[in-house]
Amino acid sequence: MIDFAFHEQQLEFRDQLRAFTEKQCTAADVRAAWRSELGWSPARWKALGGLGVTGVTVPVEQGGLGLGMVDLALLLEEAGRAGLPEPLAETTAVAVPLLARMPTDAASPAQKWTAAVAAGDAVLSVAGPGLPTMVTAGAQLAILFDGETIYAVEAPQAVSIRRSVDGSRTLWDLGPEAPSATTVVLRGEPAAELWHEGCDNGAWATSAVLVGVADRLIEMTSTYAKQRVQFGKAIGSFQAVKHHLADALIRLEFARPLVYRAAWSLDFRDPEAGRHISMAKSAASDAAVLAASVALQVHGAIGYTWEYDLHLWMKKAWALAGAWGDALWHRARLLGQVDW
Amino acid sequence: MFEDHWSVVAWPERYGGRAVGLLEWLVFEEEYYRARAPTRVGQNGIFLLAPTLFEFGTDEQKDRYLPPMASGEEIWCQGWSEPDAGSDLAAIRSRGERRGGDWVVNGQKTWCSRGAFADWLFGLFRTDPAAERHRGLTYFLVPMDAPGVTVRPIAQLDGETGFAEVFFDDVVVPDAQVLGQVDRGWEVAMATAGSERGLSLRSPARYSEAAARLLDLYERGRDRHPVRAARLADDVARALVDAEAYRLHTYWTATRVLAGGTVGAEASMNKVFWSETDLAIHRTALAMLGPEAELLDDHERPQEWLDGFLFALAGPIYAGTNEIQRNVVAERVLGLPRS
Repeated sequence: MIDFAFHEQQLEFRDQLRAFTEKQCTAADVRAAWRSELGWSPARWKALGGLGVTGVTVPVEQGGLGLGMVDLALLLEEAGRAGLPEPLAETTAVAVPLLARMPTDAASPAQKWTAAVAAGDAVLSVAGPGLPTMVTAGAQLAILFDGETIYAVEAPQAVSIRRSVDGSRTLWDLGPEAPSATTVVLRGEPAAELWHEGCDNGAWATSAVLVGVADRLIEMTSTYAKQRVQFGKAIGSFQAVKHHLADALIRLEFARPLVYRAAWSLDFRDPEAGRHISMAKSAASDAAVLAASVALQVHGAIGYTWEYDLHLWMKKAWALAGAWGDALWHRARLLGQVDW
Repeated sequence: MFEDHWSVVAWPERYGGRAVGLLEWLVFEEEYYRARAPTRVGQNGIFLLAPTLFEFGTDEQKDRYLPPMASGEEIWCQGWSEPDAGSDLAAIRSRGERRGGDWVVNGQKTWCSRGAFADWLFGLFRTDPAAERHRGLTYFLVPMDAPGVTVRPIAQLDGETGFAEVFFDDVVVPDAQVLGQVDRGWEVAMATAGSERGLSLRSPARYSEAAARLLDLYERGRDRHPVRAARLADDVARALVDAEAYRLHTYWTATRVLAGGTVGAEASMNKVFWSETDLAIHRTALAMLGPEAELLDDHERPQEWLDGFLFALAGPIYAGTNEIQRNVVAERVLGLPRS
């Protein structure tokens, strides 16, 4: 039996997070976070912990909900819609599952940290492909891979700070020096294999956030097109504007099922999961970048200003489109030309 | 196929089907395309008229029209467009007048797909000229051999004579050949247009199959044409992504329909997506073939990819142009004001 619908509880959880962000993560809150040192708010992370959101993937024994990627999908989408500055995707979809799959005999600080995530007391960061020494500012645990070895560095120290076009993505560069031998958790082939799984998780989670970002951009833009009057009419009545928005919506609506399918593949360890994830990330990246471009064009000059909120979501689209493999890279992967 | 109830698997058994559900039908279509079985000559009737007959037809009409449609004994063509009513379908002027106990039809239809060889035509005719233009239309079923019907086949750009102009000169249509209520034909026709744009006509298998063939073409040509292959690789991968997106989206829609939902204006998103995906797949294939793409075969027919490309070119035009579809998406899904 094929069932492509979300369950009632999954939709309710999404609605709860939406209600939370409408109060606690307004555009003004997002701006405040972007201006802050970390780029995100530990207080809001703690509140998300109270909602159960930070611990979705943490096992029940460690205070989490013990759920999977299908359950997480709508929450990540909601995070994208809200422009949530906290590193929800990376912590819940990459770091926590990576820790859970590390061998228990390794000197792994897994349980302590996943419990702290569920309580909303810690964010964990994984240095993604392409920027292997950079982790989210404020992370209490940094998971790194140097091509052979996975390290889990507690209380990582930044050598320098790199900010992103997305103001919530403040990165700590830990520098070129190898982490200390005491932080090694896995070596060799098993390390590489696990790392590649982590990369797939990261690409998938980012695609889910991008769907939410695109959704918000299209919503803001169609609202604006209904209000803005030129030539005596709402500009949304002009076909040129309608067709821009229809194109963006169509790209988004056909990216969604790829993202949901890939979530299912991760939960059920489908051997084709890598393909499904690359399809999802390629489609979601393109959909979000198109939505950003349409959004700016339809808004006109007001969308180009710092004061207007549109750029917060456009910048998230641009930053995340390239994170964990961009659309070109994932399509090359589908043809077997590249891999993690 | 008809004799073993394979030609219309989703229909009730008494009309020649197997009464399978929506998801089984989708699986059937996947297998049909995977087997590279031929285009079904009866598809206009089966996919466009039949859903409307099931919804609006009387029992007598269903018994009369469905079995020969399923067997291929009677081929149907559509009578929507007129010389001055294309995208603006509500502008149709062909009319039906009450005379005696019957309707008498006069006027002209054009771009009637399969009209060159069809046995019957279904379409809209104006029966109340005084009413607002979306009202006062009636859905008629007209035999193509009725006195007063003249068919002029139109050669398509691929050389085939698939569609036709059809002229009506005092053609008598009895009440038994009215589908749905008199003067309510617009609602009846929109139900059919929904199935043309939405789920029922465009099985995702068609695009999955074409994308798989494109991948094969790319892999076979990669060594011989390395530069071309390098440039086109991204388009090949994009075709794979889009075909899969369409397949999953269709299953997603099917799940919603089975749960009691309907396919409304989203059908317009489907139509834009499949028609543009189809075109992109064929353009990429022709680019991969390079100078060989233009060549005809020994029977002076376009080769497979060129033939498919010429066919795909019609996709963004028929069943409501993609410009009209984008208007529908913007107005009914996003709520933008009408022009």
